[in-house]
Amino acid sequence: MTSQIEATSAPHPIGDSVRRVDAREKVVGSAMFADDLQFGAGLLYARIKRSHLPHALIKRIDTSKARALPGVKAVVTGEDYAGHIGLYLQDRFIFCRDRVRYVGDPVAGVAAVSEEIAEQAVELIEVEYEPLPGVFDPEYGASPEAPLLHPDLGQYEVANFIFPEPGTNISNHFRIRKGDVDAAWAQCAAIVERKYRIPHVQHVPIEPHVATARVDENGKVRLWGSSQSPFAQRNLIAKSLGLSQSDVQVIAPYVGGGFGCKAGVSMEALAVAIAMKVKGRPVKLRLTREEEFYTAFVRQGLVAYFKMGCDAQGRLLAMENRFYWDGGAYTEYGVNITRAAGYSSSGPYNVPNVKTDSYCVYTNHPVGGPMRGFGMPEMHAGLEQCIDELALAVHMDPVQFRKINCIKTGDTLVTGMTMHATGLSECLTRAAEAIGWGRKEPPSAPNKRRGKGIALMWKAPAMPPNAGSSAKVALNEDGTVTVSVGGQEIGQGSFTIAAQMAAAALGVPIDWVRVATPLDTNYSPYEWQTVASRLTWSMGNAITAAARDARRQILEMVAKAWNENIEDLDIIDGKVISYKSEEAISLKNIVIYGIPLPNDQGWVGGPVLGRGSFMPTYVTGLDAETGQGPRAVVHYTTGAQAVEVEVDMDTGRVRVLRGVAAFDVGKAINPEMVRAQMEGGFVQGLSTALFESLQLKEGVLQNPSFVDYRIATSTDVPPDIETIIVEVAQDDGPWGARGIGEHAMVPTIPAIANAIYDAIGIRVGAPPYTSEKVYLAMLEAGLVEE
Amino acid sequence: MANHRITLKINGEYEQVDVPSQMTLLQMLRDKLAFTGTKNGCNAGECGACTVLLNGEPVNSCMILAVECQGAEIVTVEGLAQDGVLDPVQQAIIDHGGVQCGFCTPGVLISARALINRNPHPTPDEISEALVGNLCRCTGYLRIVDAIQDAAARQESLAARL
Ligand code: FES
Ligand code: FES
Repeated sequence: MTSQIEATSAPHPIGDSVRRVDAREKVVGSAMFADDLQFGAGLLYARIKRSHLPHALIKRIDTSKARALPGVKAVVTGEDYAGHIGLYLQDRFIFCRDRVRYVGDPVAGVAAVSEEIAEQAVELIEVEYEPLPGVFDPEYGASPEAPLLHPDLGQYEVANFIFPEPGTNISNHFRIRKGDVDAAWAQCAAIVERKYRIPHVQHVPIEPHVATARVDENGKVRLWGSSQSPFAQRNLIAKSLGLSQSDVQVIAPYVGGGFGCKAGVSMEALAVAIAMKVKGRPVKLRLTREEEFYTAFVRQGLVAYFKMGCDAQGRLLAMENRFYWDGGAYTEYGVNITRAAGYSSSGPYNVPNVKTDSYCVYTNHPVGGPMRGFGMPEMHAGLEQCIDELALAVHMDPVQFRKINCIKTGDTLVTGMTMHATGLSECLTRAAEAIGWGRKEPPSAPNKRRGKGIALMWKAPAMPPNAGSSAKVALNEDGTVTVSVGGQEIGQGSFTIAAQMAAAALGVPIDWVRVATPLDTNYSPYEWQTVASRLTWSMGNAITAAARDARRQILEMVAKAWNENIEDLDIIDGKVISYKSEEAISLKNIVIYGIPLPNDQGWVGGPVLGRGSFMPTYVTGLDAETGQGPRAVVHYTTGAQAVEVEVDMDTGRVRVLRGVAAFDVGKAINPEMVRAQMEGGFVQGLSTALFESLQLKEGVLQNPSFVDYRIATSTDVPPDIETIIVEVAQDDGPWGARGIGEHAMVPTIPAIANAIYDAIGIRVGAPPYTSEKVYLAMLEAGLVEE
Repeated sequence: MANHRITLKINGEYEQVDVPSQMTLLQMLRDKLAFTGTKNGCNAGECGACTVLLNGEPVNSCMILAVECQGAEIVTVEGLAQDGVLDPVQQAIIDHGGVQCGFCTPGVLISARALINRNPHPTPDEISEALVGNLCRCTGYLRIVDAIQDAAARQESLAARL
């Protein structure tokens, strides 16, 4: 059972589960999403002509028939825009210019007075292609035999921590060389070597991507979109089109689910590019569900090789890992997933000798991008199964094995960084306890078998070292507080956290705080992106600083007016009080109009406006050859999940009966929202473990619909997911907090795989563990007969 | 495209609308009448974000032609609260933390209302069954199921007091 949020008269702003600030408008249907905005009769509708081939040269595009169709207002092709675009590696054009690299690559765009006419016009565009051989496997793609997909790789602009290998399809190669792996193997009592192939999956937000763009006569761009990253979009689109960032305004209302696919830039630049040709008119582009499946970002596929060994006492001595990331046609964002997997490649374990090669490989598959966990669910899927196998090889209990080896405070990490305070061991112990580790429960029917599994995880925010946040806190006449942030509400509860932190840092009741919406790059303070589970921590620090700044202004004003020392004053429950004179004054009015001095001697104070910003300044570079450096990341969130499953021997169906999630969040600002993340993440993880994969055949997606790409429904979830909050404070987090959004789905696949093994004694291999796959595996193992 | 003039009742009020033959009920609600609370998640009858009550039955409004709704009674998410007082399903889903991004929420609430109307004491399994057509990618469903069960109980105690 989920517990109901307690209604207390005065909840403490930090640590109490206050109700979400956005809940009411979302339940009455008035919350605005990008598709709900009204643009009037002038609105034009855009559709995109997309490549049906995975890899081909464009020989000729004829748009004349489309242009001649009544109602068509603009037709745009790659001819019109020569600028590259991309987050970490600028390897994309807005519309393809010389070649197409995946099925769905945009070749031309149309704006028309109706969606139907736009669709007809797209049909009338003729494109002549010269097909080229494709790359459909990342390991092959990394080999010298593979056709080259980006001959210009050496010319692309790239962030200084990404290492492309021009002349190959490898757009990033991240290396770890720690200790001496080759010497360590001889010391090992047991070694496990495995290969895993993790399929592509899709984020499947229930809200598809929508973007509406309008360009005015002076060339200023306004973009309304479903966006996790209004500032990154402003920046990347401006750079690609040769505009000033200040001339691109991105307005982002509520996001109906992001999970990473609405970060960076995916389809938004298309809408802007088309709108440039019909100045003054808004142009709306809305992806169909089918387009959503393969033309928005997907989670990259992964081919992973693991080799790990331990001594007879179960101490991990060495790991040698090779990851081939199926980056897809463009890896502008995906290159950093490769890096993140590299610097976290030991998993949450203390391993003295590690050698890792993590390759981002171009393929003719859909474009890989950030998805909840940013490489960690894919990597942990194999790694945490190998850990179980290695424990078994030295006759140790998997929980005991993990207790010995898991990362602890002060350990030296795989990059050489020293681990900050962490509660991973506590997460492990409590998850094991909660699932009843070591007890085998009887199955619910004779044709069923039960098993339990456990897995650990770690993940650091993956971002540039200097990703920044800022916030404003303004007070209103009646003492209420308006918090402005640039971080987005994508369902995770960031606006509620923002209100809680501002209330606590300022000293006002939580229901006095409002969050300024929608986000608007012209008015909201800068935020790098709403990704990486970084808002509670990074944006939270900015909000706290802004609220403290406002508080200082208020106290200075009152101190002057009362002729007191600022140290004797405090703000409590919306009133300034003096501990010395025992005076009190409400914030009402004074925060705008100031305070009059006695005897008409003038005024002090004025409108109160607090500002705050935060940027980590301590992250260092890592050596290109060894991946070693003093501080690879800002911090790691760690945790554990345990599950109990039942396998139906007649059908192969796996049911998850119970789940436990334990994560160290530093400090739960809003415990019920933390639990909600843990539950939602668990179910998304369960869904990828049991059901989900993008079935790609020669680059063509076979299952682009909810009927053929199944996600977990209400009937697939266990009735009980127990959530355990562990709080070992983060030294630079607001009230000690660190993020939890993504982590919640990282260990789910291997926890379930380990439980399936416990139930039937079979390693089914790569997810998803569908009934069919599990049944066939049981047949092959002779566990069942046909 | 021929336009048809239809009259129907939406959230308790009569509306007269001119609709092209191919227009869906979802399009009519969102684009003609600005009832944008009802969401479009797939336009193919597969996600439930567009669920409305049509003559008391929950339907995917993206799969129904507007012209078929001549004389019908429609309830959308905007019609659940009465005079600013939330429907018990709305209040319960807030209290249980069953809203995250909120995109599935309108459809979920309509399905929940329909369920409680025909079954005032649903079990958790019955609730899960009733929600199987409402995809939610955020919450993991548990808090939604709890909320609906609680809403049914609250509604009963409300009725008992009247
Ligand atoms: S929009 Fe109607 S079911 Fe998805
Ligand atoms: S709350 Fe986001 S889809 Fe349900």
